[in-house]
Amino acid sequence: MAIRETQRRHEALGLDEDDLLRMYRHMLLARRVDERMWILNRQGKAAFVISCQGQEAAQVGAAYNLRPGYDYVYPYYRDAGIVITLGMTARDQLLSLLARAEDPNSGGRQMPGHFSSRELNIVTASAPIGVQYPQAVGSAMAFKMRGEDGVVLACGGEASTSEGDWHEAMNFAGIHDLPVIFLIQNNVYAISVPENLQVAGRIVDRAAGYGFPGVEVDGNDVLAVYKVAKEAFERARRGEGPTLIEAKTYRMTAHSSDDDDRRYREREEVEEWRKKDPILRFKQYLHGAGVLDDAKEREIEEEIRAEVDEATEYAENAPYADPESAMRYVYAEEE
Amino acid sequence: MAEKTYREALKEAMTEEMERDESVLLLGEDIGVYGGTHLITDGLLDMFGKKRVIDTPISEAGFTGAAIGMAMMGLRPVVEMMTWNFSFIAADQIIQNAAKVRYFSGGQVQVPLVIRGPNGGGVQLSAQHTHSLESFYGHFPGLKVVAPVTPADVKGMMISSIRDPNPVIFLEAGALYGTRGEVPEGEHTVPFGKARVAREGSDVTLVAYGRQVLLCERAAERLAEDGIEAEVIDLRSIRPLDEETVIESVRKTHRAVSVQEQWRYYGVSSEIAAIIQEKAFDYLDAPVERVSGAEVPAPYARNLELMCFPSEEQVVEVARRVLYQEV
Repeated sequence: MAIRETQRRHEALGLDEDDLLRMYRHMLLARRVDERMWILNRQGKAAFVISCQGQEAAQVGAAYNLRPGYDYVYPYYRDAGIVITLGMTARDQLLSLLARAEDPNSGGRQMPGHFSSRELNIVTASAPIGVQYPQAVGSAMAFKMRGEDGVVLACGGEASTSEGDWHEAMNFAGIHDLPVIFLIQNNVYAISVPENLQVAGRIVDRAAGYGFPGVEVDGNDVLAVYKVAKEAFERARRGEGPTLIEAKTYRMTAHSSDDDDRRYREREEVEEWRKKDPILRFKQYLHGAGVLDDAKEREIEEEIRAEVDEATEYAENAPYADPESAMRYVYAEEE
Repeated sequence: MAEKTYREALKEAMTEEMERDESVLLLGEDIGVYGGTHLITDGLLDMFGKKRVIDTPISEAGFTGAAIGMAMMGLRPVVEMMTWNFSFIAADQIIQNAAKVRYFSGGQVQVPLVIRGPNGGGVQLSAQHTHSLESFYGHFPGLKVVAPVTPADVKGMMISSIRDPNPVIFLEAGALYGTRGEVPEGEHTVPFGKARVAREGSDVTLVAYGRQVLLCERAAERLAEDGIEAEVIDLRSIRPLDEETVIESVRKTHRAVSVQEQWRYYGVSSEIAAIIQEKAFDYLDAPVERVSGAEVPAPYARNLELMCFPSEEQVVEVARRVLYQEV
């Protein structure tokens, strides 16, 4: 009975087994790359790591609705799950982490986690948070002005909603009914500051103030996120305007490799959330639905390990950029 | 060539570019029905419609960010800051984003964006409407910064700005919107990084940009009455900066005074003085001097305000000083 119910969940969303396995691989690859990055950091090989761990369901569930290279995405620095879903690889991530010449995001110019790809319409993120939202709204306006049905996915954490830029963007998007989706991954912490000191009321309720719908979703349930995002994308493509999605999730690591989260949160709390790990949950679903068995699970795990190993080796052996190249790309050439 | 105002030249440039290129659009506060608080965009809503002349909420960071997002997708937005003073609210978008997106994308993306509006003071609007922001924005690689003064340059540099694939900070001399000058018809571009010799002379070089160029020209007239021939250099563009024209002039005159409306310390004039001593040290017959605004927030009352800006008298006096002709 339980099995039939779970089967109905993904079928009702129009997802087949291949979709499910693809989503699972994206989530697992994001996680395993992230874990590898921490190891390289602790080995002294990588200066800085910022993590996606715990947020893979929110990211992959939403990004699975994007049309790569057509829709636009403004990821924030935890969104490895999003860019992997769009087609970035483990190698891309590790080249960026180790700041090699071949880093496709910036050629070693920007910190890891600040993804950029012209080809995939991934716009480079800013380190000060929240400033991507007005830009995303501008891109959505460009789609609308051109009469195209592109959608812009703009992402950030709950703390980014404290910034004025977020409100300015929400207002602008509401005024012009723009095809933009604000995906807020509420992971409870902004470095050390917890949600109760960050957010007055509920984030999701704020959408009403700007005249468009807000939806709260269990951010650790990839199918639930996929479902609400799908509705938001369809709404945007029909020209009906923006949607705010608040995905409730949890940051499983410290903010970055530069802080120690034992200073501000209890281990018990982290352990409680580890039980709700989105990858674990999706794996259980896939087992229940008969999409995954132990053998298949091991096979995928091995494939991903090999991919991450290969990427690590490749990136570690890749050359750094010529120091002179630091001067390139400040200005665009005259046309 | 017809005589036109600074304001008309600006509008003409934008109009012609909007007619030429559909991707050019305008964004800002009160620029639509109202035609802009300085009437720069008067009538453009009727000509181009509300899709291309967009009245924004009062939201400087918001609409500047939106323009960046448009520019990254290939549109060519021209953003009006009601005054450059309000751009501090959008400074993160401008400095941390518009100026860096290309670099941080490893050259994948460009931001063909123009931000324009009145800069500097002189019209009794007190300190929060009176900043001269050329050294502030001129400091950041990734931005181009221009400050034209003649209506002809205003037109030519606005066209160049709109066609430039980089973010351009277009600093208008707000106090001069009504001033007149000859403006070439049709296609007229003025390249960045090329200064203009506004007046030729052989005794002393006066370096300025924006409104202070006119002040220097008047001071040069006064000096000429006493037989002193001042050369006036109009920098036109702050970044890139035309060092060569300044150096060439100083090699001829051996003396220089750099004039700016902004405060003395860390300003464009200090940069000019540094460049001259680096590149023309052996040609100098006197220290390079600066004439700058007083070190106070600009006050409102006309008499107090005038006290705080460089004056013709100051320029004449300092020019005499570097000629060792102090009276």
